[in-house]
Amino acid sequence: MKPLPLTAEPSGVDGVCLTPRRASSWQAATRVFLRDLKLAFRKRGQLIQPIAFFIIVTAMFPLAFTPELTRLREVAPGVLWVSALLASLLALEFLFRDDREDGTLEQYALSGHSLTGLLFAKTCVHWLLTGLPLALVAPLMGGALGVPIEAMPGILAALLLGTVSLSVIGAIGAALTLGVKRGGVLLSLLTLPLAVPVMIFGARATELAIRGVDAAAPLYLLGAITVLGLTLGPIAAAAAVRISLE
Amino acid sequence: MDWKWFHRLASPPYIYGLAGRLIPWFAWPAAVSMVVALYLGLFVAPPDRIQGEGFRILYVHAPSAWMSVMVYTIMALSAAIGLIWRIKIAHAVAASCAPIGASFTAVALITGMLWGKPMWGTYWEWDPRLTSELVLFFLYLGYMALRSGIEDLAQADRASAVLAIVGVVNVPIIHFSVEWWNSLHQAPSVMKFGKPTMAWSMLEPLLLMLLGFTLYFAAVLLIRLRGEVLRRERAATWLRQALEG
Repeated sequence: MKPLPLTAEPSGVDGVCLTPRRASSWQAATRVFLRDLKLAFRKRGQLIQPIAFFIIVTAMFPLAFTPELTRLREVAPGVLWVSALLASLLALEFLFRDDREDGTLEQYALSGHSLTGLLFAKTCVHWLLTGLPLALVAPLMGGALGVPIEAMPGILAALLLGTVSLSVIGAIGAALTLGVKRGGVLLSLLTLPLAVPVMIFGARATELAIRGVDAAAPLYLLGAITVLGLTLGPIAAAAAVRISLE
Repeated sequence: MDWKWFHRLASPPYIYGLAGRLIPWFAWPAAVSMVVALYLGLFVAPPDRIQGEGFRILYVHAPSAWMSVMVYTIMALSAAIGLIWRIKIAHAVAASCAPIGASFTAVALITGMLWGKPMWGTYWEWDPRLTSELVLFFLYLGYMALRSGIEDLAQADRASAVLAIVGVVNVPIIHFSVEWWNSLHQAPSVMKFGKPTMAWSMLEPLLLMLLGFTLYFAAVLLIRLRGEVLRRERAATWLRQALEG
């Protein structure tokens, strides 16, 4: 008996076709990526929230500490990194939550495609919409803290690498806290300790860049952590999502 | 070879009875070795040439710092065993490890602070090993918070197992942080290749204390494990029969 012909109607979620025989895992991940981007741009007001948060938190430090640029310059790496970390965390809580509540994640898990790939696509969107803008804005906010122009490429490089790891590590935390009703604080409690190495090397690279010294060594270490996170993080996140769906 | 004894380890009634029988075998040697080590450490070992009598807190500080890392490793290992082979008792072991490990970490931090005051002139120094120990403490807290945050027990077991495995990344960082960052913290003088730089009369109580702490951990783990089994199997008939005796 011949197999039934596949239906012409789009199946799956939100018109994203996830039937294994009609799309490769790569195509499915691309579609999830585009879908998340589209959804994010539907709520344009929320898009700038992490950046606004980052700018406000950074602007609090001169008010709380001192307006003297020479002294601010010394604490600039810490200020930039802690603010970026918090801003990145802020958007993480809803990375998987909405999709879990309306059953989209369940469909992803059942689609026959690699859940790791689909969730990684979602994580990429998170980075693109929070990590990348943060990395772009951070040198400017550094300028407001008295950081010289020459240091900006170094800061940008450190933030670019660091925010990728933060998104990947955060995705694990977001996936783990799916089973918790009000998981916001718990998410920070889980994610911040894991993000310690990223912050240490990121802030160190930023500090060296501000002092005008070669920042290659901490950047390499940061890069190594990022690669490690990119390789293992999505697998852990997928395992955690599967557990929350059981 | 007969593997029956091994498979029986996964059975809650068997473990419950076995743990009960084993507790005294760990608890008494732990008490004896800790008392002897304390005597040797406090009265027999000579005072340190530089640090004087103050170094003696080492006999509590170093073993608890070791245990804090070791317990985390054991916790992550049993969590991984539970996750991979779906053995419930392994999850129970991991769950029992967490509060013990967190306590060892707290003891290591507090004794480190007390030691830091006379030696460094300050209670808290942002030294990498102290900081890593603090991070380890947060990891334990996060693990326990996640476990209590998820209502479904099986799901809590598996989710916290993933967290424990991910957190293991931190254990080597604690170890290598001494080399990665220059610090005030004295370089390890026991775990060095070749001959230890510590005099034997000072080292002996330390090793004995480490043995005592390990046995103590085993005893407390077994007690907690029994509690965990009681909680998990509270509806089981074997338990009612065992308790009614």
